[in-house]
Amino acid sequence: MNIPMSWLKDYVPIRCDIETFVDRMTMSGSKVETYEELGKEINKVVVGKILSIEKHPNADKLVITKVDVGEEVLQIVTGANNISEGDYVPVALNGSTLPGGIKIKTGKLRGIESQGMMCSIEELGFDRTDYPEAPEHGIYIFQQEYPLGKDVKEIFGLNDIVVEYEITSNRPDCFSVVGIAREVAATFNEPFGYPEIFVDEKGGNVSDYISVEIENKELCPRYAARVIKNVKIEPSPKWMRQRLLAAGIRPINNIVDITNYVMLEMGQPMHAFDLSKLEKKKIVVRNAKPGEKTMTLDGEERNLDESMLLITDGEKPLAIAGVMGGEETKVTEETNTILFESANFNGANIRVTAKKLGLRTDASVKYSKGLDPNIVIDALNRAAQLVVELGAGEVVSGIVDVYPNKREPKTISYSIEKINALLGTSLSEDEIIDYLTRLEFKVNKEAKTVTIPTFRPDIEGNADLAEEVARLYGYDKIETTLETGTPTVGKRSYSQNIEYIIKDTIEAQGFYEIMNYSFESPKVFDKLNIKEDSDLRKVITISNPLGEDFSIMRTQTLNGMLTSLSTNYNRRNEEAFLYELGKVYIPKELPLKELPEEINKLTIGMYGKVDFYDLKGVVEVLFEKLGMDSKVEYDLKQDLTWMHPGRTAIISINKKEIGYIGEVHPDVAKNYEIDTRVYIGVIDVPSIIEYANLEREYKPLPKYPAVTRDIAMLVEDTMPVKDIEKIIKQRGGKVLESYKLFDVYKGKQIEEGYKSVAYSITFRASDRTLTEEEVNKTMKKILNGLEGLGAKLRS
Amino acid sequence: MCEFIIEKGVFIVKENLQAIREKAMDLLNNVKELKRLDEIRVEFLGKKGELTKVLRGMKNLSPEERPAIGQLANNIREAIEEKIEEVKNELMKKEQEERLKSEVIDVTMPGKKRRLGHRHPMNLVVDEIKEIFLGMGYKIAEGPEIETEYYNFEALNIPKEHPARDEQDTFYINENFMLRTATSPIQVRVMEKEKPPIRIICPGKVYRSDEVDATHSPVFHQLEGLVVDKNITFADLKGALEVFAKELFGDKVKVRFRPHFFPFTEPSAEMDISCVACGGKGCNICKGSGWIEILGCGMVHPKVLKMAGIDPDIYTGFAFGMGLERLAMSKYGVKDLRLFVENDVRFLEQF
Repeated sequence: MNIPMSWLKDYVPIRCDIETFVDRMTMSGSKVETYEELGKEINKVVVGKILSIEKHPNADKLVITKVDVGEEVLQIVTGANNISEGDYVPVALNGSTLPGGIKIKTGKLRGIESQGMMCSIEELGFDRTDYPEAPEHGIYIFQQEYPLGKDVKEIFGLNDIVVEYEITSNRPDCFSVVGIAREVAATFNEPFGYPEIFVDEKGGNVSDYISVEIENKELCPRYAARVIKNVKIEPSPKWMRQRLLAAGIRPINNIVDITNYVMLEMGQPMHAFDLSKLEKKKIVVRNAKPGEKTMTLDGEERNLDESMLLITDGEKPLAIAGVMGGEETKVTEETNTILFESANFNGANIRVTAKKLGLRTDASVKYSKGLDPNIVIDALNRAAQLVVELGAGEVVSGIVDVYPNKREPKTISYSIEKINALLGTSLSEDEIIDYLTRLEFKVNKEAKTVTIPTFRPDIEGNADLAEEVARLYGYDKIETTLETGTPTVGKRSYSQNIEYIIKDTIEAQGFYEIMNYSFESPKVFDKLNIKEDSDLRKVITISNPLGEDFSIMRTQTLNGMLTSLSTNYNRRNEEAFLYELGKVYIPKELPLKELPEEINKLTIGMYGKVDFYDLKGVVEVLFEKLGMDSKVEYDLKQDLTWMHPGRTAIISINKKEIGYIGEVHPDVAKNYEIDTRVYIGVIDVPSIIEYANLEREYKPLPKYPAVTRDIAMLVEDTMPVKDIEKIIKQRGGKVLESYKLFDVYKGKQIEEGYKSVAYSITFRASDRTLTEEEVNKTMKKILNGLEGLGAKLRS
Repeated sequence: MCEFIIEKGVFIVKENLQAIREKAMDLLNNVKELKRLDEIRVEFLGKKGELTKVLRGMKNLSPEERPAIGQLANNIREAIEEKIEEVKNELMKKEQEERLKSEVIDVTMPGKKRRLGHRHPMNLVVDEIKEIFLGMGYKIAEGPEIETEYYNFEALNIPKEHPARDEQDTFYINENFMLRTATSPIQVRVMEKEKPPIRIICPGKVYRSDEVDATHSPVFHQLEGLVVDKNITFADLKGALEVFAKELFGDKVKVRFRPHFFPFTEPSAEMDISCVACGGKGCNICKGSGWIEILGCGMVHPKVLKMAGIDPDIYTGFAFGMGLERLAMSKYGVKDLRLFVENDVRFLEQF
């Protein structure tokens, strides 16, 4: 909301500088976004009187003038031909500035010195709609005489400051000059002068001209109208145009300007109908009928639906209530009799209508916030008053006012204790009453009640009163204390702790955390080679997405990871080690009837000088850190269609799958424009939390020596070493301390289809030194077992 | 005769021993290499060494003479061994000195680094904020991102037809479910489940229908906080948030609270901090005002407490909420929000 300071000052005295003003208004709740000093670009432009005009000796199109600017007479050369001796004109002096950063200096024009410049209206930053009396080309000539040398800023209404306020949605009453003036008065404890409204009626009776009927009282709580006859459409006076301009509204003509002026001043939108265009002399407010259409005054045909409220003449639509008037009844140059509408409509309904029609108007924005029906008549009368003041027409006596359910001020009880308790203050009752009274709340000290004006429906109880008191007392004056309630322990939950460990452990292995959107395109499933009938394709769809690319909630984290890897690959980053801890969204049924499952997934992705075992090492370290490595099993997984069928391991615990790691299928990598091997691991975080074990118990360090034996064997190439290890574990018994795979070899000297595998096995007993014999016995058991697997021992 | 011979024998043995000693010492004094040292040891003390030979000749001596000669021989053996040890140490020391001299490396060459990964820059800020509040006795609460109409709006005193429910801002799944527009629903869920005293922070992803550009994203992160207990006041709210601001932005930072409006708090406020860039003098970043808006806050609206099953006549509380992307951007000087989801390692590695 932009309000010129000069307009505010009509209703409240302002005695401080602008910095103090904006600061205190901000601190009392009317946040000032910015303020602009009008005409700050215009300096040293003054009123001058043309004393003489002579021909330029060297140029046909130029003249030499003598201009009296008060303290001196200047010689100014100009090409303008609309000036006469005796004219009062704006003169930019030597060293002056004009809008657009233009600087005026004394110079020579065709050999003759020119000590300044006479200005056109455009050079002063306006155009001819703003100042219709200005010539199409040429110097602006003042309509009256001003003291010579006077700064023109005041004449053009430019010695003003326009302040932009951020109005919160609970204060629609502040979308007006009057509303802000009331806040200024309360903030600075100054008297607020409500506009003095009186209407000089010219006889007749409004009911001879019009009758009003409201069919839908819910959507139209009040409708009032006045009739103006003998209307003379012309530009409105300079002061009104200047105020509208300063507030950011273009002047049109006197009648339209009056409706806009009243809307800005009182906060009540108004509309003017050309009464002669109403076939039936009545107004009926009703909902639109199915399929009904109307042309709004911007010349657009609008398709209406039953939820929309119309102003009609009983049959035809005249206007879309609260949004825009109709083409047929709009005010034109020929208009002679007008109907002023001042009405109250349901804000939510207007908001929806405006949105459906894609038609956001000043009126619809104001109505959408929800207005006080009790300002309707003041606004209507204020408009009528301005009509008289501007000589724009004659006001017919009487008002039509349909207001079935009057909104009465409500009275609530207050508690000084509760207000102070909520704020942490110890304000006296009188102090509190003073603040409330400044806001036009009426306090009954005996009854401990306060009556709230109808323009403040947001005030419902002590908490609301506390805010009003606090903001006028000053939020900054409330002391800061530290709460002294029952102490609570601040700590992470167990699962939050596990998540931290996951992040720290993955990061310690060189991975950067990434973030991806939760929604993506339904096309990702094809891109990922995911089967048509996969459960992953059962997705939650957003009904109003930003676009198809952001329309489904992800059921997998692969796309985000591969997209990030692809970004890095295609930007020629040599390697990328990334991880994400983020959710997937799995519906229990579709369409959604209950909240879906949101499951946290750890996704690890990398490319560079790495292979499958690098990735496996990363998750092994993680599982070790979390004390769950002994439970985890890895098995070849060949049916994940987006993964390499020979290089993917499913990770399971007690046969329950908790994730997988592996190389991405080359087709999928290609779909993501990655031309190198990419490795991805996805692990279910809730499962990690379930199986993690952070308990640690000390085992005594060994007292007796260990015995280590190395064995090498030939096994079929396809045999997983897991099978060998199973035998070692089973048969090693109590004395088996550890085993380590130290060599796998294929090639020369090894039969085709076989590989050589070598283990180093360590035995130890905790209570004695093992004898050769014992070790030999155990080794024999292991070797027998391995031979049973078909392994050929190498000596 | 016999005695003489023996006398003479003793004499000769003594002479020989002395000669061996002198010879050995002479050699040892001039030895230059460890290898040679070992040869000398073998030459004199080895099985076939000179000293051994002499000692072997002792069998020709009478039993009476043997101890004295034996003693002498042992003394000489010890002296030689000692000398060998001494020379050995010297030589080793010298050799090590030479080796060390030859092993000079260029210490200005780069080290072999193991890359240490780290959190996403935004989560670095989130973690920092979490630590502050954990230290103040707050727990971390979490909740669903797909929410019901009740928790996202109704329970937060945003009734039907309230402008905040506009489809323009909210992603809907259907009429009952939506992507949460704030982390506030978590607060309601906690209040329903737990009895005061409640001190929680709720960080998480939230969703609003904004097109992607340098300063907007349809997915972003918020962190809200809630305290509910007996006798919680607006002054306490100011106190807690001032502590937070000073912890996060440093002791010098100033805070101010301005009246504002939120449906779920009353009284409501916005907290500004003195501009981190200019210290409050006014610059581009704070648009000349000297202040930067950081968060919204207020006393929990009695209706919200009541709906969550907490008696507003007994308990009061305060709540606050902040956008985390903006904090991270201002902390690290990141100008474009899109960098946060591009995940280019050249961006990520900088933090």
